[in-house]
Amino acid sequence: MIASIAAEGQRVTPAPFGHTLAKLAQTRPDIVGMTADLGKYTDLHIFAQAHPDRFYQMGMAEQLLMAAAAGMAREGFTPFVTTYAVFAARRAYDFIYMAIAEDRLNVKIACALPGLTTGYGPSHQGTDDLAIFRSIPGLVVIDPCDAVDIEQATVAAADHDGPVYMRLLRGQVPRVLDEYAGRFDIGKGRLLRDGADVIFVSTGILTMRVLEAAQALAGDRIDAGVLHLATVKPLDMDAITAALARPGRLVVVAENHAVTGGFGEAVLARAALAGTHARMRQIALPDAFLDAGALPTLHDRYGISTRAIVDKVKAWL
Amino acid sequence: MTFAPLTESALSDMARQNRIDTARMFMAAGNGHFGSCYSCADIVTVLYFSLMRVDPQNPDWPDRDRFLLSKGHAAPTLYSALIRRGFFPEDWIGDYETRVGSRLMTHPSRRYQPGVDASLGALGHGLSIGLGMALAGQRDAKDYVTYVLMGDGEVNEGSVWEAAMAAAKFGLGNLVGIIDSNGLCVDGRVADIMPVGPLEDKWRAFGWQVSRVDGHDLAALQSALAPQRDRRLTQPRMIIADTVKGKGVSFMENVRSWHSDAITPAQFAQVLFELEAAP
Repeated sequence: MIASIAAEGQRVTPAPFGHTLAKLAQTRPDIVGMTADLGKYTDLHIFAQAHPDRFYQMGMAEQLLMAAAAGMAREGFTPFVTTYAVFAARRAYDFIYMAIAEDRLNVKIACALPGLTTGYGPSHQGTDDLAIFRSIPGLVVIDPCDAVDIEQATVAAADHDGPVYMRLLRGQVPRVLDEYAGRFDIGKGRLLRDGADVIFVSTGILTMRVLEAAQALAGDRIDAGVLHLATVKPLDMDAITAALARPGRLVVVAENHAVTGGFGEAVLARAALAGTHARMRQIALPDAFLDAGALPTLHDRYGISTRAIVDKVKAWL
Repeated sequence: MTFAPLTESALSDMARQNRIDTARMFMAAGNGHFGSCYSCADIVTVLYFSLMRVDPQNPDWPDRDRFLLSKGHAAPTLYSALIRRGFFPEDWIGDYETRVGSRLMTHPSRRYQPGVDASLGALGHGLSIGLGMALAGQRDAKDYVTYVLMGDGEVNEGSVWEAAMAAAKFGLGNLVGIIDSNGLCVDGRVADIMPVGPLEDKWRAFGWQVSRVDGHDLAALQSALAPQRDRRLTQPRMIIADTVKGKGVSFMENVRSWHSDAITPAQFAQVLFELEAAP
């Protein structure tokens, strides 16, 4: 049974990455799927069932996985490779940096269990991947919010000329963003709602949480907006600058990642360099090896649950 | 594509030229990986001047044989072969690593050098990248061969054995690994640093067809490295080449410090004297 981050009763879509990729491959003969014994847990098994002749099972060998994908990309294929975020970031980094990214090859790395989306403890919690992958020149880094983002980002990644790292939500994935105008574009932020008192600048599943938080805060007559940046690199500086320009608002950056080196620090640094005077606060996981256990409890403890976010914002105002 | 493979005596001259070109590059830079280059100069010469199907006018020709210098620090050996085959001009030799913007540097880079199949230098990458290229050839029903040249110290890298398993699984008869077995790495003898033997038994156990060859015997190399373009072949091949680090220059042969070292004008003159005087 694959744990889902969906709340009870929330609208969900099963395996949005796997289904989108399988459909896309019908018209894109260059697409191949490769995994390191995690096809089932990254939804790549859907692709493998639809296109068995284009699926490569590389076994538990992430360095091989990345370098072999580089070799295939060099010959004109577009490999989508899957594993967990921890294994791509921590074990295969050199191979992604040198074999894939230096030559800007068309390898699309899609990794499950980003941030705190498993209760399995530090061996499986990818709380450091954004910091690690942000440091690779030319690598597009995507942290989707929900099934809608994943569907659109998968297509965008396939169309993008160059390497992409995408965080993956698997299994029953919440569906949120179809209630809002706009769509995913690489490098583009989306102002999902505007607000006079607070502006959340968020990425990944924290966008889902801050949307809920904004709704809850409205009950307390606090008007909160949400700027969603599903692309962590390159950052949409125009959207960030516009969000910071409005005087008097509290700016809250939010991410499903450690405070060190991730999305929040990227936004805060760019804002500081741009000379912003906005009051800014950060919601992120602590710089620590996190505990194992039930996800809702852990999200409360580490401050990324909707309730924890609401409490923090009220205290900051 | 009218290149005629060299005769054995012409190959021997070309291997000597390769060592001279390499020395000139290192003299231009002031230092270099002499030992690592000279141990594989004969292997690379045989591949580029006798066996491989390449087209200098069309470096990315889809049907070319691929060559990955996984021991990327021996790049000048590859550069000389590419220069002498006409991929880029001879005057790049004197410009080797002399300034920022030089086209030739310590490790091969696809971004700067036509005919280079992958940017390498982080050891342990080549066999896995080559495996991906061989998988692509298999998918595309092409008959090109992918050669990957590794050092024997490099075989300590775990990723090499990940690729070793996978090549047998995928039946890559179009993948040829070569180990330049000169017995020395940076800190000492491979046998002391981390023993990798018995190499033949290990590769055989991983499902490869293994042969052992004198890495400085041009005729034996021609025979051992000959491409097999029969797509029904499903066993990857590993050629273990017994070599001498620094081969061809008396004061460098089997001397660990010449893995990479600075060279004086007097030493450079001695290198040229020995190589040009060689039969």
